[in-house]
Amino acid sequence: MRFRRVIGQSLMAALLCAAVPLACAQDGAATKEEKDATIQEIERYREMIADGNPAELYELRGEEMWKTPRGPKKATLQGCDLGLGPGVVKGAYAKLPRFFADTGKVQDLESRLVSCMVNLQGMNEAEVIARPFGQDAYKSDLEALVAYVVGQSKGVTIAPPLEHAKEKEAYALGKRMFLYRAGPYDFSCATCHSENGRRIRLQDLPNLTTHIGASRAYATWPAYRVSQGEFRSMQWRMNDCFRQQRFPEPGYGSEVVTALISYLAQMASGSPYEGPGIKR
Amino acid sequence: MKRHALAALLCGLGLAGCATMDDGAAEKRLVEILKRDFHEKGIAKLDRLDQDAVQQSCTKFNNNPPHGGPGGIDRLEAEQMAAIKWPADGKFIGDWKNGEKLAQDGRGMTWTDKAGAPAGGNCYNCHQLAPKELSFGTIGPSLYHYGKSRGNSPEVQKYTFGKIFNAKAYNLCTNMPRFGYHGVLTEAQIKDLVALLLDPASPVNN
Ligand code: HEC
Ligand code: HEC
Repeated sequence: MRFRRVIGQSLMAALLCAAVPLACAQDGAATKEEKDATIQEIERYREMIADGNPAELYELRGEEMWKTPRGPKKATLQGCDLGLGPGVVKGAYAKLPRFFADTGKVQDLESRLVSCMVNLQGMNEAEVIARPFGQDAYKSDLEALVAYVVGQSKGVTIAPPLEHAKEKEAYALGKRMFLYRAGPYDFSCATCHSENGRRIRLQDLPNLTTHIGASRAYATWPAYRVSQGEFRSMQWRMNDCFRQQRFPEPGYGSEVVTALISYLAQMASGSPYEGPGIKR
Repeated sequence: MKRHALAALLCGLGLAGCATMDDGAAEKRLVEILKRDFHEKGIAKLDRLDQDAVQQSCTKFNNNPPHGGPGGIDRLEAEQMAAIKWPADGKFIGDWKNGEKLAQDGRGMTWTDKAGAPAGGNCYNCHQLAPKELSFGTIGPSLYHYGKSRGNSPEVQKYTFGKIFNAKAYNLCTNMPRFGYHGVLTEAQIKDLVALLLDPASPVNN
């Protein structure tokens, strides 16, 4: 993979710096030359990825996994109903989260994938969600499946239903969660994401309480994270923001995270889905 | 109830921002499920989900509570003010060089931070301070020339110490954390930060 090799050490450092300001706590004394070099590296990086997003590799792996018989029942996921009927992947992500009668719950893509792996393939739920996020040599099956499914909604209008009482409940609950202030810093999502044009260090913070701000963020996630060399799901994004919020960790596929994603999806409703994205 | 019928009608018409579950019901449900849906990780325990009176009021009123009443701004700000621990030696100014290090340091309190590891001040995450640091956030106002513009009087020193110790005593629902109140920074560290803001020799004022 040409891509991986060309990202030099210094670029990784620069990108990391931008992604994790805290990693560069002692960087206050960077010289002008160093800063210029950083900008050059970032430009070089932009040129490099112009011909491809590494998320594609995850999409391919996910597609193969989708079509391969797996689990105790040796079944594929081709019978999985993501909301548009069993086996329909095209455009399905753009209509999630939604209420599913068979589970009696509103589900986002990730919790729905878990349901399909458990019900169709006979996998053990606790095992499936034990390590949902890849790290170093460990690659997550769920993240690959997510990459495949979201890639099949590229260009489709984001329009999750808001009709069933449980869908309305999820939206209202997600909005509440977004505003919920707690923890040693008194943060809520709104602390960092409810005004236009704000930044943490140099990272732009989308205003997720507006349609346009929510659209920009929601339409470009899930995404390949260059600083981590890893494809990341929406649940991962929520997780890492809860970490920065100094909260404990939310359960994978839990009601509260699904509600939060429902809120964001409704805020972005009407915009075209553009992912999988590529981020710092 | 008439109000509900109207809300349902507006929702039915597909008007944006509608929620049939009213905010009260969502609030109740959230409290019910929070501790079920989160789990502790590292130093981030579940008790972090419990709200104190300030967090509760600011959440409930979307950061704009009324002035009066038990959950109102006046009562809660007074309580927060009374909880500030002023330095016993009456001195507010420490070492600005150490203050600059603290202002740069954004570590602390996340589930990836080690237990007992010292936390930084995070100030540059939200504020511009010394002009040579170009990587600054904008959630808070620029503090460049903070001391130069308002002087170094005892009142200004006291206000600055109090603000960093407990920003909510002055502005109940501010986005700024309560560094002293929550035990994130020590008295000595807060003095160093006051020096960063007020010492005439500090880069913030040059
Ligand atoms: C302390 C500040 C802070 C808090 C609190 C916070 N976030 Fe974030 N959020 C960020 C930062 C910084 C980024 C950009 C991260 C990056 O690029 O690495 C971000 C990125 C995001 C993105 C992706 C934006 C994009 O376009 O890539 C979403 C969506 C998001 N946050 C949602 C949330 C939600 C929901 C919550 C509440 C659970 C939350 N955030 C809480 C700081 C915060
Ligand atoms: C999460 C963002 C955030 C962080 C972190 C933060 N602040 Fe603030 N700060 C704010 C906001 C927002 C305001 C303006 C509203 C207010 O006055 O409370 C503010 C206001 C202030 C003021 C009052 C300014 C004035 O004109 O009266 C001072 C002083 C201050 N901050 C110092 C600090 C210091 C020192 C630190 C680091 C220990 C810090 N802040 C960290 C957000 C933040």
